[in-house]
Amino acid sequence: MVFDVQKETLPRDELEALQLKRLKYLLQKIYHNVPFYKQKFKELGLGPENLKSLSDLRQMPFTEKQDLRNNYPFGMFAVPRESVVRVHASSGTTGKATVVGYTQRDVETWAGLMARSFEAAGATRTDIIHNSYGYGLFTGGLGAHYGAEALGATILPVSGGATKRQVMLMRDFGSTVLCCTPSYSLHLYETALASGISISDLKLRVGIFGAEPWTEEMRQDIQNKLELKALDIYGLSEIMGPGVGMECIAAQDGLHIWEDHFLPEIIDPDSGEPLPVGEKGELVITTLTKEAQPLLRYRTRDITRINPVPCRCGRTHYRIERITGRSDDMLIIRGVNVFPSQIESILLETEGLSPHYQLVIDREGGMDTLEVRVEVHENMFSDEIRHLQRLEKKISGHIKEFLGVTAKTTMVEPQGIARSEGKAQRIIDRRKK
Amino acid sequence: MIVEQISIFLENRAGRLADVTRTLAEAGINIRALSLADTTDFGILRLIVTDHEKAKQALKENGFTVGRTNVVAAEVEDRPGGLHAILTMLSENGINVEYMYAFVQQSGQNAVLIFRFDRTEEAVETLQKNGVRIIPGDELYNI
Repeated sequence: MVFDVQKETLPRDELEALQLKRLKYLLQKIYHNVPFYKQKFKELGLGPENLKSLSDLRQMPFTEKQDLRNNYPFGMFAVPRESVVRVHASSGTTGKATVVGYTQRDVETWAGLMARSFEAAGATRTDIIHNSYGYGLFTGGLGAHYGAEALGATILPVSGGATKRQVMLMRDFGSTVLCCTPSYSLHLYETALASGISISDLKLRVGIFGAEPWTEEMRQDIQNKLELKALDIYGLSEIMGPGVGMECIAAQDGLHIWEDHFLPEIIDPDSGEPLPVGEKGELVITTLTKEAQPLLRYRTRDITRINPVPCRCGRTHYRIERITGRSDDMLIIRGVNVFPSQIESILLETEGLSPHYQLVIDREGGMDTLEVRVEVHENMFSDEIRHLQRLEKKISGHIKEFLGVTAKTTMVEPQGIARSEGKAQRIIDRRKK
Repeated sequence: MIVEQISIFLENRAGRLADVTRTLAEAGINIRALSLADTTDFGILRLIVTDHEKAKQALKENGFTVGRTNVVAAEVEDRPGGLHAILTMLSENGINVEYMYAFVQQSGQNAVLIFRFDRTEEAVETLQKNGVRIIPGDELYNI
């Protein structure tokens, strides 16, 4: 099934002509409505008229996450604030969140693209969709929700947490499609077994998994355990949310980027130069139809490659392969984006803490765990256990409050954090094995 | 009247306690009393030693986090009810014990109680008023 036959199967030349038309309009719009972009263009001695063909895009300026932060909260809007009907935001310490605005039409476009993604996964209006993505400022929950409604399916807005109840609902309601992070699907599986619910009691047919990196081995594991087809979905809040790209069930081999709305490029993350199609590098996306907050050449920091080989499903939109890494140090923990620098600033804001810390990320029972190890120095040390335990609690509390992720804080001895060539090894990610 | 106690932060790892005792042995420091408080992740070793300045120096040089706390050493008769009598007089005067530990002297009939109070001066006053002997630091270090 193809949700939007006309757009999803456009011949490449027509698709590219549509992209060029939309891109030219986008440049005019951001140049005249977003002071940040006007400034950028001026610095480069460029204007919207310098783009004559898609290949001219490479001269145009990038947009980085920091640019969004610098223009916090609404400085990147290309429409008056009252035209914005919804705002989402990524986690961040105070003042550093990344804000995204949507007009009514943006919300509808997003729902349409998410519905398109559901259809690519083989879902139809007869399906019951169990949505465990978090509802709130995070785009996952509401993104999948509106898409499922646009498709006409039955959506269960379960959100995160209360896993045991989730499994019961899945069984009692006969859910056929599961939306969550890949690691949460394994946690649901473990919980089902522990609650005496057999997978044969469930009607799950397909899982739409995203918001964190996973491997082919993990996919096989999920498919075997949950007895469903596991598909990869791509999205990021800065661009829209889930539904920027989706793996089709027909090929189950890479994610179609919805190119009538998003223009993908692959660049060398160090030089910023575009790489030939098929080479691995950093994914850069230009939004072609966003009204409230269009972004030009947004650096996603996700590492992938574009596969131009026509897909057996009949869609002409290029596929990217699964995200294999990041060109920065961002961590994804239970679907939440966490930068080590955010944890560092939380530690520094807590009185007397040393800047020596280490993050240990692991996976237990399918769920990511984060341990923050902090070195104990004389100025924070007390011979009373409860004083140190209060400090541990305080740090975990701040991390939960500001970053939305549960962390265990552990006090360690000074120099307890391994230093290589004088530089502390800040991150130990044990999930990659 | 005050006794200097040093405290050391220890991760719950095999051999860490031995690292402390080795450091002290090599510095020629004798341990008078000790107590170890622990959680699942870490422990705090509290020590009264013959020379706390030297001990602190040696431990810091070996990378330990060392703190210093004022505690009170009280002498109590080594018989049933000895500790109870002292705790009763403290509680009657509304004085909190943060933590305590004890050891029995080799020579005499008495035990030594090491107290950490929330209000040290008041505690000392109460104990003395009730005829409890407070052992001065210098005496304790050299027992």
